[in-house]
Amino acid sequence: MGNDVLVVAEHLKGEFTDVTFELLGKGRELADATGGSLTAAVLGSSVDASALGAADKVVGVDHASLAEFNPETHLAALVEVVGHVDPRVTLVANTSMGMDLAAGLSVRRNAPLVAYALDVKVEDGSVVATSQLYGGKIYAESVLDGDSGIVSVLAGSFPADAGRKDGAPAVENVPAPASLDGARVKFTGLVEPEGGDVDITQHDVLVCAGRGIQSDENLPVIEELAGALGGAVCASRPIVDNKWLPKTRQVGKSGLTVKPKVYVALGVSGAPEHLEGMKDAELIIAVNTDETAPIFEVAHYGTTEDLFDLVPALTAKLK
Amino acid sequence: MNIVVPIKLVPDLVEELEINDEETDLDRDFLSFRINEFCDHALEEALSLKEAHGGTVAVIAIEREETDKVLYTALAKGADRAVKVTGVDEAASSHEAAKAMCQVIGGMEYDLVLTGVQAADDRDGQMGVLIASYLDLPHVSVVSDVEVKGDLIAVHKEYAGGVMAAFEVAPKAVLGIQAARQTPRYAPVSRVRQIMKEAELEEVEAEDGGVTSGSTVRRMYTPEKGEGAEMLDGSAEEVAEKIAAILNERKG
Ligand SMILES: Cc1cc2nc3c(=O)[nH]c(=O)nc-3n(C[C@H](O)[C@H](O)[C@H](O)COP(=O)(O)OP(=O)(O)OC[C@H]3O[C@@H](n4cnc5c(N)ncnc54)[C@H](O)[C@@H]3O)c2cc1C
Repeated sequence: MGNDVLVVAEHLKGEFTDVTFELLGKGRELADATGGSLTAAVLGSSVDASALGAADKVVGVDHASLAEFNPETHLAALVEVVGHVDPRVTLVANTSMGMDLAAGLSVRRNAPLVAYALDVKVEDGSVVATSQLYGGKIYAESVLDGDSGIVSVLAGSFPADAGRKDGAPAVENVPAPASLDGARVKFTGLVEPEGGDVDITQHDVLVCAGRGIQSDENLPVIEELAGALGGAVCASRPIVDNKWLPKTRQVGKSGLTVKPKVYVALGVSGAPEHLEGMKDAELIIAVNTDETAPIFEVAHYGTTEDLFDLVPALTAKLK
Repeated sequence: MNIVVPIKLVPDLVEELEINDEETDLDRDFLSFRINEFCDHALEEALSLKEAHGGTVAVIAIEREETDKVLYTALAKGADRAVKVTGVDEAASSHEAAKAMCQVIGGMEYDLVLTGVQAADDRDGQMGVLIASYLDLPHVSVVSDVEVKGDLIAVHKEYAGGVMAAFEVAPKAVLGIQAARQTPRYAPVSRVRQIMKEAELEEVEAEDGGVTSGSTVRRMYTPEKGEGAEMLDGSAEEVAEKIAAILNERKG
């Protein structure tokens, strides 16, 4: 028990994801502050753990069924690792993979879970996590009961550099649970995105269309502004789900991460999943009629003007 | 293919959210609720699977101010059964809500449970994965493509950058739907009104599920402004002028 911290290392296509290092950096800080040790949980098949030097040790399960992420086998294996390490707190990324693990772990270990965390600390022996809720409009600080909890952390909450340290930590493998051989979920392959017409990660200026544009009939107005700025049009998820623009234009958690010099967000509320993909843009200008929209927290300049009034006026001034 | 869709109602984010005096929860007196956007996608996916492969769709929702409307709307869209769960606290956690849903799902005949991948208020985790864990069923979340392949269900799970993982899963299973293959359908008000006259909602009173979120909110707050954007005021013309100046300065 004690004050040990466990970080679930996430890997895709043979590499640990950035968020893994974000969690390791935070995990290191928590372990050092409380006199605990930091363990990385590696679930895979012959994974090279030498990039996980920030951890004191690696506890893993090595099994063919874990080679690619699988919600069923990875959860079963993680339950074993957590049982073995018995950490004070387990940090899981609130990513697509992590979402399939955290809640299941909570039920199987009968341990509290706080999700959507932006921050986590240990205060007087209690784990305290700050979650971003209601589309980013509300924050909640939760104190976890008991002496073993789970926090699922939003990607981008901590610097990844703090957790990047080479050096091969000692690896201890725990036996694979028998259930891995009879998994009901089978991984059948990765599907790569089709190449798009425009690579939005290569543009200095992006104009983002959010659901506030109301209809695809209004896209030309947005395109004109992008044209006047010499930039490209990107979009929030609902625009892509509606098939108004191709998936390659989507910015955010399940889309692309962009760092343009200028990002103009039009009718975008600024949900955490969108911010994840654009908050490091050099200059962000947001247009949104709702003054409490979370996009204004990351924007440098904002206005509550109606985008349909503002955009044509702005395009005219730039021409 | 028999499908159950447990629906979450969430506060309408377009309206202003107030926090209670204790700063531990939203002020629930003035909240208006609506169907969680991703649950609407789960319902759409369930209805299109039913149209293609037959079977039934049952929807379940926990009682709130607007639950009847949401359930009748689901019936109007083509769901076969609608169950309202009573006796669950307004501020129930995801763990508690999932347990209550399981009490109803446990008594149903089904192949798939489709839930919305997440909701704006699930502070203690996503309900779908919790339901799967309580029912000891396999689950895949962040699913955007569901296809029936013989006895198996083939799904795509979304990762970052447009990359997706393909899985096959044998029913029974729980899927957390991110996006239906088509935009959620719309039920005309007249059709909803007609259904309200014809159909009845089933009601089930939840028993105490014996679970909690396992954590306590000690402080709820709205994120500090100030560090955020510098707001530009004036008419649309004036604001456009200011933005143009900022952009030109950057370019120059
Ligand atoms: C696992 C997962 C992954 C996700 N990945 C992504 C992702 O990659 N990218 C992404 O964007 N989302 C993603 N989402 C979805 C995300 O949660 C939000 O639903 C989405 O970002 C909302 O898009 P939006 O801001 O355009 O729409 P909304 O939240 O509906 O906001 C529309 C905004 O427009 C404003 N508005 C309306 N009319 C006007 C007007 N006339 N003038 C000015 N403003 C106006 C409104 O005030 C509102 O704030 C993901 C969700 C999940 C669960």
